[in-house]
Amino acid sequence: MTGSLWRLLARALTSPSGRLGTFVLALLTLFVIAGPWLLPDPAGMPDLLAGATPPGGWHLFGTDQLNRDILSRVVSGGRISLSVAGLAVTLAVTLGALVGGLAGFHGGWLDGVLMRVVDGALAIPRLFLLLLLVAVWEQIPLGALVLVLGATGWFATSRIVRGEVLRLREAEFVLAATALGAGPGRIILRHLLPNVAGPLLVAATLGVGDVILLEAGLSYLGVGVRPPTPSWGGMILDARPLLTTAPWASIFPGLAIVITVLAVNLIGDALRGALDPRNA
Amino acid sequence: MIHWLLRRSLQAVLTFLVVTVLLFVLMRLTPGDPLQRLAGDRQVSAAEAAALRRRFGIDQPITTQFRTFVTGALAGDLGVSIEHYPTRVSTLLVSRLPASLLLGGTVLVLTFGFGIALGALQAVRRGRRVDRWLTRVSLALYAMPSFWLGLVLAWFFGIRLQMLPVAQMHDPLFDPEATWLAGAGDVLRHLILPATTLTAVSLAAVMHYQRTALLEVLRLDFVLAARARGLPERQVLWRHAWRNALFPVVGLLGLWLPMLVTGSVFVEQVFNWPGLGHLAADAVGARDYPVILGTAMLVSAQVLLGGLLADLGYYALDPRVRRA
Repeated sequence: MTGSLWRLLARALTSPSGRLGTFVLALLTLFVIAGPWLLPDPAGMPDLLAGATPPGGWHLFGTDQLNRDILSRVVSGGRISLSVAGLAVTLAVTLGALVGGLAGFHGGWLDGVLMRVVDGALAIPRLFLLLLLVAVWEQIPLGALVLVLGATGWFATSRIVRGEVLRLREAEFVLAATALGAGPGRIILRHLLPNVAGPLLVAATLGVGDVILLEAGLSYLGVGVRPPTPSWGGMILDARPLLTTAPWASIFPGLAIVITVLAVNLIGDALRGALDPRNA
Repeated sequence: MIHWLLRRSLQAVLTFLVVTVLLFVLMRLTPGDPLQRLAGDRQVSAAEAAALRRRFGIDQPITTQFRTFVTGALAGDLGVSIEHYPTRVSTLLVSRLPASLLLGGTVLVLTFGFGIALGALQAVRRGRRVDRWLTRVSLALYAMPSFWLGLVLAWFFGIRLQMLPVAQMHDPLFDPEATWLAGAGDVLRHLILPATTLTAVSLAAVMHYQRTALLEVLRLDFVLAARARGLPERQVLWRHAWRNALFPVVGLLGLWLPMLVTGSVFVEQVFNWPGLGHLAADAVGARDYPVILGTAMLVSAQVLLGGLLADLGYYALDPRVRRA
């Protein structure tokens, strides 16, 4: 299983966009991890009278209305956004693989019921599902936000996995394994899972971009990550009243979102291209 | 045809029923009491709480609530808003629908118009500089949060250049006795920024689809045959290839609508556009469950209807579907 995944990754890295995406994402991750040691404490010793100062000098991205360094806040917000997205997508892909695998492997009525539920869930735009769910909390804890983002992200993945399992279940090598006496556990782990690992990885990578945008959107609406925890969407929300006087306070967190999502999507596209047999 | 249409519509109706059940379950099974948030910090006596519960029907057993909800929803009654009590949710939705339809319709025309044109241009100029740059730009636009792009455009065109209005649908100082045409012009000026923002973030999908579809078709034998017959390239492209590359884009409509309604929540909020998306964003802030639920039902119905229309378009345009 790991062998084929490494080959897929290696092939994705041969494309220029895949390399660019990986490079940018690696750089961002490094910066987000190391940032707090390199940058001024965003909340440390603010000069409240100074207000929002434009980019330049000690504050590369300028400061916000509380005279907090925007670059530092973008970096700490990145920690939150990237970890929330990573965890939520892991959860979503696991759920998608479980439900899709169950539906495809079991078949019959269970498949029918599960797929009708997925049909219905896919008809509701994900943002509206999220809005219904997050509205429950007065102030949603980060853990719950991850759960909610993960729980609304598995529907399309389960469809993909189910399709693959249905196709593979009748494949000759699986029939051969069954004939040799392999039980369902072995079939799933040794034969089905390695073959759906590629499509899962593509779905996961593209899912990360979606989740970053959705989390930013929820935080912008004031129902996602809440202050004082910094997040890119929340920073843009805070900066909205300053649009006339301090536009940089909205522009930089947004640029961080665009660059991150773009990098992730480039990797996702490269992986999809590497998986496509037409490009082999 | 009739048989196919009936089966397809029945499928959409069944899916909508599943949607209704899912939304109801989601709303009721999540922890927390809606009344607690309604009351906020205020102390509510037990009697008051019981009265409120009765008023919103949440003192009934869950099965009764579900029955009331479904029968009500089927009759177009989605309950009463908490925030705008005693306005009915359906009344709110209907009052916000025109603004959303105007914005959504404009964006639909712009996205598919520009998306098809640019995607076709990319396919024709495949691998050249135009194609590469259009790919880069569309990828960047696809990665942009719509609310952020809206704010940046509002800042640049509205605040710096003072060119366009950045909020609402009408100018509050607009002369009410002005002509109909001037009124339409006023709305149009307010429409430019939100429509541009939404089109920009949703354009990439259509462009990508059209580019891929046209490239696939250009590879087929009948295009080779047309070229072999000595037809001018322009005719081969537009009369033969492009027509056939249009079907997949029609089919995209069903997939693209969720993107539009999602984007409109943010864009309408940024530009204070009085549509459904703005209503939903406000309802979340106010924890107005009936309204969130109502908008979710309405947009899901739109999505299913869009999928149905897309399939119908396929059916009408492509004879191969009829045999399947």
